[in-house]
Amino acid sequence: MKKLINQVDSIVDEMLNGMVDAYPNYVKRLAGLEVLVRANAPQPKVALVSGGGSGHEPAHGGYVGKGMLDGAVAGAVFTSPTPDQVYEAIKAVDGGKGVLLVIKNYTGDVMNFEMAADMAADDGIKVEKVVVADDVAVENSTWTTGRRGIAGTIFVHKIAGAAAEAGADLADVKRVAEKVIANVRSMGMAIDACTVPAAGKPSFELADDEIEIGIGIHGEPGTHREKISSVNEISDKLLAKIFAENIYNSGDEVAVMVNGMGGTPLMELLVANKHVKEVLASKNIKVAKTLVGNYMTSLDMAGFSITLLKLDDELKKLLNAPADTPAFVQF
Amino acid sequence: MAVYECLSEISNKIIANKDFLTELDREIGDSDHGINLSRGFTAVLEKVSKDEQDMGVSLKKAGMTLLSTVGGASGPLYGTAFMEAAKVLTGKTELNAQDFLAALDAAIAGIQKRGKAVKGEKTMLDAIIPARDAYAEKINAGADLIAGLEAAVKAANDGVEYTKTIIATKGRASYLGERSIGHQDPGATSSTLTLEAILDYLKNK
Repeated sequence: MKKLINQVDSIVDEMLNGMVDAYPNYVKRLAGLEVLVRANAPQPKVALVSGGGSGHEPAHGGYVGKGMLDGAVAGAVFTSPTPDQVYEAIKAVDGGKGVLLVIKNYTGDVMNFEMAADMAADDGIKVEKVVVADDVAVENSTWTTGRRGIAGTIFVHKIAGAAAEAGADLADVKRVAEKVIANVRSMGMAIDACTVPAAGKPSFELADDEIEIGIGIHGEPGTHREKISSVNEISDKLLAKIFAENIYNSGDEVAVMVNGMGGTPLMELLVANKHVKEVLASKNIKVAKTLVGNYMTSLDMAGFSITLLKLDDELKKLLNAPADTPAFVQF
Repeated sequence: MAVYECLSEISNKIIANKDFLTELDREIGDSDHGINLSRGFTAVLEKVSKDEQDMGVSLKKAGMTLLSTVGGASGPLYGTAFMEAAKVLTGKTELNAQDFLAALDAAIAGIQKRGKAVKGEKTMLDAIIPARDAYAEKINAGADLIAGLEAAVKAANDGVEYTKTIIATKGRASYLGERSIGHQDPGATSSTLTLEAILDYLKNK
């Protein structure tokens, strides 16, 4: 394993301090905790708290700022943060209007955030939660733990964050977040696995000509392996699973995210995006907004995911509203 | 008895198996089970008082420590198990066979409530529910704590073997579908190690 690190055990701590050093106007760290909050928190508005394991940078600390998150809780690498940390984040950002927790659908994240919500509710803080489950690689049945939350989560941060910034109440911010969740779907793949620093070796092994389809963002193996093909063909396969949801139809307007997993050159993401746009055009689906880059990564994994969000007037307006955070700036 | 010594036996066993548990998790999960539990049980060794005699007090401290240091799904599940067992054992300083059964029942109920899982989903429950049943059968037939735990450990190990034969429907391994068959569940394995450590402690004290 080759990594630019000092000690495995101090990575998250050093990263969080590095974030504050780089973006002091945006974020501050709660003393003794693995929590970043807006530099001027709390705000007199509904607050958004998200988080999860580390290793997904810029998620989630990079989205703390105006028009997106108020607090982000960082767990150990790929490990949900603990309830006490989430609870402290909720208390720190609550400005009296209540707090919405944006949780990615993983067993651990849901349990830890729910325990924290119970603790905060005992203090009289209004807390609501939404669970993002956009990954179509996972069958959504009673026989699995449910679909994973992956890159589509960024759209929830952006749109629910814009609603909160505009003064919506907690119920309304939650409603908007749920609307995004209902209309966003993603699917990813890897050409190379990632290496969790503490584990020291790749989370799975692929032959030189093999790719893994349907991976999540924690180095967990995907749904199946196959021989590598062109990025257009791979994109077609990912899009086919997304279109099979029957959400995106001729005449619709969508936002697109072509998200890098951390170890993919932007050049390749842009090539993929070119094809995604062509496919959407061929289906008479209009692209109202495109995001290409590393938004929700998986350490050094090479690969990408495609996310589509179906827009209506409300979502489009909130998506285009200004945001000012370390990793997402829009005027 | 000093509960610390028993918790120490558990902690050291989990820490000694850190790489093994992480490797099991690498196969069907996200390569962190041993790492996370080791971090938690290392903290347990630091936080639990060596002198505390009340089993409930020490187990509660251990549970809260696990809850605030492990993270992931294992943190709430192990933390809840220890804290629920603590409620049953509060005020007690010596472990007897019936109290241990009550503690096991409380721990299992807590895990099921928190994890919303049942037996047969390739989780820790596939080791500890058969262990609990084997233990109950033994002691209800008049066996002592150690004989009961020997039966429990055997049943737990059989449970771990059983997890190799089934598809995961809870937790991260569920994303793999049929590809999870053939692999033993890391949580079932770590909970079996926990029972083994309790047995080792009782045999050697």
